[in-house]
Amino acid sequence: MIKNFKPAIAAAAVSLAMLSQMAVAAEEQFFPLIDYRVGPYGSNGQAFYGGFIDYLNYVNLKEKGVNGVQMTYEECETEYNNAKGVECYERLKSKAAKSAGPLHTMSTGISYALIDKSAQDKLPLAMMGYGRTDAVDGSVFPYAFPLVTTYQMQASAIIKFLKDKNGGSLAGKKIVYLYHDSAYGKEAIIAMNAEAGLNKFTVVQIPVAHPGNEQGAQWLKIRQERPDYVVFWGWGVMNQTALKAAKKVGFPRDKMIGSWWTGSEEDVVPAGDAATGYMAATWNVAGKHVPVIADIEKVVYGAGKGNMEDKAKIGTILYNRGVSAAVLSVEAIRKGQEKFGKGKALNGEQTRWALENLNITDARLKAIGATDLLPEIKTSCDNHEGSGKVKIQQWDGAKWVPVSGWIEGNKALIHPLFQASAKQYAKEKGITPRDCSKEK
Amino acid sequence: MNFFLEVLIGGLLSGVMYALVALGFVMIYKASGVFNFAQGAMVYLAALSVVGCMEKGAPLWLAIILAFVIMTLFGIATEKFVLRKLVNQPPIALFMATIGLAFFIEGVAPMIFGSEPRALELGIVDEPIPWILDNWNMVISKFDLVAAGVAAVLVATLALFFQYTRIGRALRAVADDHQAALSIGIPLQNIWAIVWGVAGFVALVAGMMWGARNGVQFALTFTALKALPVLILGGFTSVPGAIVGGLIIGASEKLAEIYIPPVMQDLFGGNFGGIEGWFPYVLALLFLLVRPEGLFGEKHIDRV
Repeated sequence: MIKNFKPAIAAAAVSLAMLSQMAVAAEEQFFPLIDYRVGPYGSNGQAFYGGFIDYLNYVNLKEKGVNGVQMTYEECETEYNNAKGVECYERLKSKAAKSAGPLHTMSTGISYALIDKSAQDKLPLAMMGYGRTDAVDGSVFPYAFPLVTTYQMQASAIIKFLKDKNGGSLAGKKIVYLYHDSAYGKEAIIAMNAEAGLNKFTVVQIPVAHPGNEQGAQWLKIRQERPDYVVFWGWGVMNQTALKAAKKVGFPRDKMIGSWWTGSEEDVVPAGDAATGYMAATWNVAGKHVPVIADIEKVVYGAGKGNMEDKAKIGTILYNRGVSAAVLSVEAIRKGQEKFGKGKALNGEQTRWALENLNITDARLKAIGATDLLPEIKTSCDNHEGSGKVKIQQWDGAKWVPVSGWIEGNKALIHPLFQASAKQYAKEKGITPRDCSKEK
Repeated sequence: MNFFLEVLIGGLLSGVMYALVALGFVMIYKASGVFNFAQGAMVYLAALSVVGCMEKGAPLWLAIILAFVIMTLFGIATEKFVLRKLVNQPPIALFMATIGLAFFIEGVAPMIFGSEPRALELGIVDEPIPWILDNWNMVISKFDLVAAGVAAVLVATLALFFQYTRIGRALRAVADDHQAALSIGIPLQNIWAIVWGVAGFVALVAGMMWGARNGVQFALTFTALKALPVLILGGFTSVPGAIVGGLIIGASEKLAEIYIPPVMQDLFGGNFGGIEGWFPYVLALLFLLVRPEGLFGEKHIDRV
């Protein structure tokens, strides 16, 4: 009797082995997440990376991955520390050797530290709205992607918004540029000066030393200067301190416009009513009215696979930004699979190609339920930014409300600045720029 | 002249806020001869305890009492589990222990109470006093004046406590020599627990004032950076020194921030500013050259 069963048992064993081998061989697209959830800016990272991971799980649950390729990830905690960021990169890069989605560090400092390494290792670095901005010129920076917008284009878009508010002219106006005295804060100075020259307004630069938890002198100076507007490039505690100080000296908050690092709920809630009326740029909108955000809550959290411990943060600016970053990353994987084979995971080089050939139209955003969540993106070898558009949003005391459509910065004015800077970088590093006309 | 006075007064009032943090350092140093690296983290823990308790439904007054209990228990636990084993060890060992303590607080406190920045409303508006604004065109905030009053009361209380109570005298004896204090029957463990508890209370006051002003968030740990030059200037062992040091640092950094950059720009071109991050340290270092023990610090003479 037992003898009769032997062939059947053997066949079953072989089948099981084959099945398990197939399961092992199932394609997986790996995302190395160099993130931060603890430390000084942990709450920002929790919302951003929570949104990012939720979208990856959403794609896995909703459509069983991209053409059957499952989205996987591994996190490494940096605490927003550059040295730890490099350590995390070194730890994850071997895992990303065969399959790699874009790297997202959410840190300008860590991005700077990785820009040469990631190019050597052929791993694409995504810096959405932050990081090294002259990497817009992909001929010099093939592996770095300051996607959607840059500090300079953002400043230019803010000026355009103010210009429109003032009947198309800022001539004779005075604008204070209040900034975090760091590489991040200084990035937009060149754009502010260029816009001031073009639009005939005066710009007064006022730096604030890190961490910016004391700004008494700066705001007394602003009171003395009597500017028409304050353009604000803050970070962390500097944001709430500025809003409170503005209230103290009686400067109207609806004449203050900040960068996107100053425009999350975390930036305004601690300032209480001092933040009401304040405006900030953003490259993604807040709220659960965006279909994909509502669907993530239903599908991912319904399946008990949500990443956010605090579900109240779903739909906040930073959560939606994490989802937006994941949308772009997954769309890049789709694009890459169209070229390199559907149902196959992409390596770093292939993902780099995909990021450089993105074309996410409004129709595509609508199809994935992300209408108006972020602007259209079309990248190329000589334009790794792909959009340059932001919206202006205003804090009404309880939530961010968009007060403009998508505004594009003055590309003709700003992009040549990137190209000049990239050219200089190439010269210093001995890099021969690619010929973008030959890249397809 | 009006603007100069406005900057000067604003700076003096900012200095009071620095002094509130510096007082916590002075407390620990006076009682144990140790520079408490964890003081900034204690300010953060105290403020976080207040908002954490309020989020659980406690009214402000109860949240303050609960936070005080938390800080006192924290002080007792610090003595029992960290400091007791280090009696009569070199000060550097105690200093290293406080570094560990700082990282412990910075890691654990957000895990318990959450890390997102939150507002703390004490019911004191941070707005200019209309009468001064109308008559003198100067921005003097009600909040800053209240902070100055709180600091004055705190300093007076602590100074009297150290000078005229038995515990105060015992604290000073312990600071001079742990072993000698023990040999004459001073209960070192109790003294240290008391002083860490009082330092926790000072951290609570500082945390509430700073938290109400800028929000309760991790950056409260950075307030310690503002207190260091105050301590160097005022002396590590002097309660009034913390206040005077705070006033000097606050006023000088604000005046420097306003008046030095234009001169530098005229001389060297470019854009200067944001100097208040380093200016107080330079000032403190200059003071060190003249008075190493600080303005009010005790002169220490070692006999050979």
